[in-house]
Amino acid sequence: MRVFKLKTPLKEEDVIDLRAGDRVYLSGKIYTARDMAHRRFMEAIERGEDLPFDIKDQVIFYVGPAPAKPGYVIGPCGPTTSYRMDKYTPILHKLGLRGTIGKGMRGKEVKEALKKYKGVYFVATGGVAALLCKKVKSSRIIAYEDLGTEAVRELEVEDLPLFVGIDTRGNDIYEKALES
Amino acid sequence: MRVIDAKEIVEAVAKLCMDANYYLPEDVKKALEEAREREDNQIARQVLDEIIENYKIAEREKLPICQDCGTSVFLIELGQDVRIENGYLYDAINEGVRKGYSEGYLRKSMVYDPVIDRKNTGDNTPAVIHLDLVPGDKIKITFCPKGGGSENMSAIKMLSAADGIEGVKRFVIETVRKAGGNPCPPIIVGVGIGGTFEKAAFLAKKAVLRRPLGKHNEDERFARLEDELLEEINKLGIGPMGFGGKTTALAVHIETFPVHIAMMPVAVNINCHAARQKTVII
Repeated sequence: MRVFKLKTPLKEEDVIDLRAGDRVYLSGKIYTARDMAHRRFMEAIERGEDLPFDIKDQVIFYVGPAPAKPGYVIGPCGPTTSYRMDKYTPILHKLGLRGTIGKGMRGKEVKEALKKYKGVYFVATGGVAALLCKKVKSSRIIAYEDLGTEAVRELEVEDLPLFVGIDTRGNDIYEKALES
Repeated sequence: MRVIDAKEIVEAVAKLCMDANYYLPEDVKKALEEAREREDNQIARQVLDEIIENYKIAEREKLPICQDCGTSVFLIELGQDVRIENGYLYDAINEGVRKGYSEGYLRKSMVYDPVIDRKNTGDNTPAVIHLDLVPGDKIKITFCPKGGGSENMSAIKMLSAADGIEGVKRFVIETVRKAGGNPCPPIIVGVGIGGTFEKAAFLAKKAVLRRPLGKHNEDERFARLEDELLEEINKLGIGPMGFGGKTTALAVHIETFPVHIAMMPVAVNINCHAARQKTVII
């Protein structure tokens, strides 16, 4: 298993050598968004408005954290299932998004977008939310506060443990698993 | 007639909600640790290491194991000799959920209407409550915070008698294969066969919640089918989180019910590796 340490923002050259199944420890700023935030991103794009953050070379984490206990920067925060965002992901990559973090398989349209725009789909282990919240150093809501857990947050993470799910060539960890 | 105060139910449910979300049941922990030893694939071992480390952190720091603290599903066996005073049972359950999810820093995931504006109810109510009236003068409350990711991968099919045991197997395997890594394997597979459309689905839920994990159906023919299905599912190679490996499922449980001469409904309910549940008897 190859191991990489990466820091956001991610340029094309940072991700081009990654292959499905590689271990990645990700640090830097990342942004949370899941179902409802994606719906709002699309509405903003349709209206010709800016997204709540500049997505160029950035990474979106599909997560709706649990509330933070006193003394914690964020509550437990594991990935949610990614396919529900498939409909929205290609357009975000087209606008410059470099990567997404989630869990589970992605559709063909996402794979094509990753190849075309040199993006990466990272996967985190699902259901290890208490472990992952330890890797978050700061968290603040930057948009859609009314969505509660689904609001868009800017997180500063340190060595978030991930695997490469789908790389820039379209290799897929889930397909590899079934082939072997 | 035994009298139980509704307030007692509220407090018991609030505690259940917190405890079930913080502490993974011992049988599930054991099954995960055994799976860790079985795997020789490096990624599978890494994933299981994270899962094991995670439930230890959750337990130590009283944090929810998973950020998805689920739909609050309750299986309640109400003794027919119990009278509940100072409130309605369903209100007491929902009040307990409200209290437990708020005081326990648990995520509230329920939205009012399922289609149009999907606005969060703010307290994880309403709970999904299944009530059984049973002999006796106690209330047995089983609580399961059921994650959305695995529930979404569940399925039901109205098979016919002619499909036989092979038809059942095909449908179960196909459902697990299609689910792949989405429901956070290693999973628990609950299969409900017979009854009607809704009865089969409920049997599948009861099967998922059967404890201890791996306890067989009392009918040895179905016990055998549980073993065969588990073996075939683990041959799929999906593995922990779908990244490949020997452990796709920790257990397969089957529940059955008599059925109409024209029918054979089969339901498959899937639970993730964070198979949280807890029971209290009042």
